[in-house]
Amino acid sequence: MVMRILLAAAVSLAGMASLASAQTPTITPTPAGPVKLHGAGATFPAPLYQKWIEVYGKAQPAVQIDYDVVGSGEGVKRFLANTVDFGASDSAMSDEQINQAKAGATLVPATASILALAYNLPDVTGALKLSRAVYADIFLGKIRHWNDPRIQALNPDLKLPKQVITLVARQDGSGTTYAMSNHLSAVSEEWRKGPGTGTTINWPGVTMTARGNEGVAGRIKRSWGSFGYVEYGFAKRLGLPMIHLENKAGHYVEPSFERGQATLAANIDKIPANLRVFISDPDGEKAYPIISLSWLLLHGQYADQGKRDAIKSFVSWALADGQQLSEAEGYIPLPDAVATLARAAVDRVQ
Amino acid sequence: MVSRPFENLVQSGSVSGPPSGGDYALDRGFRYLAWASAALILALVAYIVIEIGSKALPAIAQYGLGFLTSSEWNVQTGQFGILPQIWGTLYSSLLALLLGGLFGIGIGIFLTQDFLPPRLAATFRTIIELLAAIPSVVFGLWGIYVLIPLLRPVANWLHEVAGGIPFFSTSLSGPGLAPAALVLAIMILPTVASISVDALRQIPYKVKEAAYGMGTTRWEAILKVMLPTASSGILAALVLGFGRALGETMALAMLIGNSNQISLSLFAPANTLAALLASSFPEAGPVEIQALMYAALALLTITLIVNAVGLAVMKLATRKFEVER
Repeated sequence: MVMRILLAAAVSLAGMASLASAQTPTITPTPAGPVKLHGAGATFPAPLYQKWIEVYGKAQPAVQIDYDVVGSGEGVKRFLANTVDFGASDSAMSDEQINQAKAGATLVPATASILALAYNLPDVTGALKLSRAVYADIFLGKIRHWNDPRIQALNPDLKLPKQVITLVARQDGSGTTYAMSNHLSAVSEEWRKGPGTGTTINWPGVTMTARGNEGVAGRIKRSWGSFGYVEYGFAKRLGLPMIHLENKAGHYVEPSFERGQATLAANIDKIPANLRVFISDPDGEKAYPIISLSWLLLHGQYADQGKRDAIKSFVSWALADGQQLSEAEGYIPLPDAVATLARAAVDRVQ
Repeated sequence: MVSRPFENLVQSGSVSGPPSGGDYALDRGFRYLAWASAALILALVAYIVIEIGSKALPAIAQYGLGFLTSSEWNVQTGQFGILPQIWGTLYSSLLALLLGGLFGIGIGIFLTQDFLPPRLAATFRTIIELLAAIPSVVFGLWGIYVLIPLLRPVANWLHEVAGGIPFFSTSLSGPGLAPAALVLAIMILPTVASISVDALRQIPYKVKEAAYGMGTTRWEAILKVMLPTASSGILAALVLGFGRALGETMALAMLIGNSNQISLSLFAPANTLAALLASSFPEAGPVEIQALMYAALALLTITLIVNAVGLAVMKLATRKFEVER
């Protein structure tokens, strides 16, 4: 394990070196003295952020970075309460929250991922397909059993058990929940008028809750007949089967890294000045329907110059060379256009 | 040589004399210590109630009694209600009491009413008391990795054949009320069993002999003489067991499924107050902490009410079946 980590670090460092010569990312002044940075927030990009911190820390030993994995909701709260140097959120920040930030807030898109609908039906082998109407109705609690005729009709070859569909959702305020509910609102009129979009949702069906993406993935793995939304990398790591979803064009698509990347590239051309964009229902024949960006939240102004330089250096690096580490960790690198805009936003931090 | 046994004894100090000043001081000192210990317990309870109460005060002012009857727990919108948790706490504890109580009293009878040679009975008692030494988290893990896989086929078969009955109206996916209640029952078993054993052993053997002398069978003696005579002790065992079940946290947080819903089904996931507190405290913000304190106060109140009712019933039982002492 240690060997593998070291090896991965060595490989990525080598990659960085070659990249640095290939393209020149915006390098802010390298921090001089020892600096400690403290961040908190989203769980879904946490493995990637920790990887960044590890690799960056090797190159810049003077900068020590901690990241508390507490969920997006709590990340924004701590950012607004000024108890952290940077926050992280998969739901960005609302306008109201941005207005509450005393030193201003800079939203920096950092990485992206797709959400998988993972399930646990031990006796069902083969791909399970769900149409948009059907998975919306499952989340609404209107379809209660796996052998419901509507599910069976979509999967004529599978023998589905008469088990109750138990939804596993996030207990903590979460950007993953935001992305999921935002997509459901786009897909289902009834969802939009009922539970709506938010970082916590009052789920209508039979629902268990767990903390963090790893908690949800673990709960699904242990519970038969369960079904839940979880960031793709977590589902893949635990080997959970994932549902093939119907996309906007009417095709059934399985979640995969390449598909996510293509979907993101095809749908992110319109990004507003504040860099906050939610793709609730991506277009395209091959698009995967549930996709989520994740943001780092920087203060508009830092009183401590050392901290400011360190955070600008770290985030700029993450947006340039750091993106090369995404794929190995199961995340989608940002398209170049977005990364460039994001780096420009980091440059404006004072 | 005249022997003077009395004087010798006085000199060697083995005849009691009037208490010295030191004796008085020691006696008084011990009495104060005893008073202080008793007062400390009361002060501690009062302090805990006041501390929790004062932290819950903002939430009490804001949500009032609606907190106890609404069922949404949403940190983002600031809506808090604990009806499903109250329901889950009482439902799981009652199920556990039913199972654990029945088995606990059964074990009490089995170990005291001459079913076993005395030495074997003593061994059994020790083994049952050992159950109390197993940490809660071990019970939780055992529940997840052993009990749930065992229970699942049975539960799902029951759901298939008798899904119409409300108790079986869902299938068991994993964590749920049934595994949680079963583990709770095992956890309160040593409490109920050992106190029942003590209560039954306190009955003088003469009582049983007298019952046999009146011509009762063994079961008549147990059911009509021994159990009523020991009833106050057995009720105390049940009250303590129920109290333990209400407050049990770790194993339940692992097994009950954290689902804020009210369902009669034994196989549906549910939630309890203690599990809510355990799982929500670590990352709660200030507003949620106030709501959690209110929930803690509710749990404390439920436990106090249960204990008070238990005491009242015990008193009734003593008056009915036992001689006033």
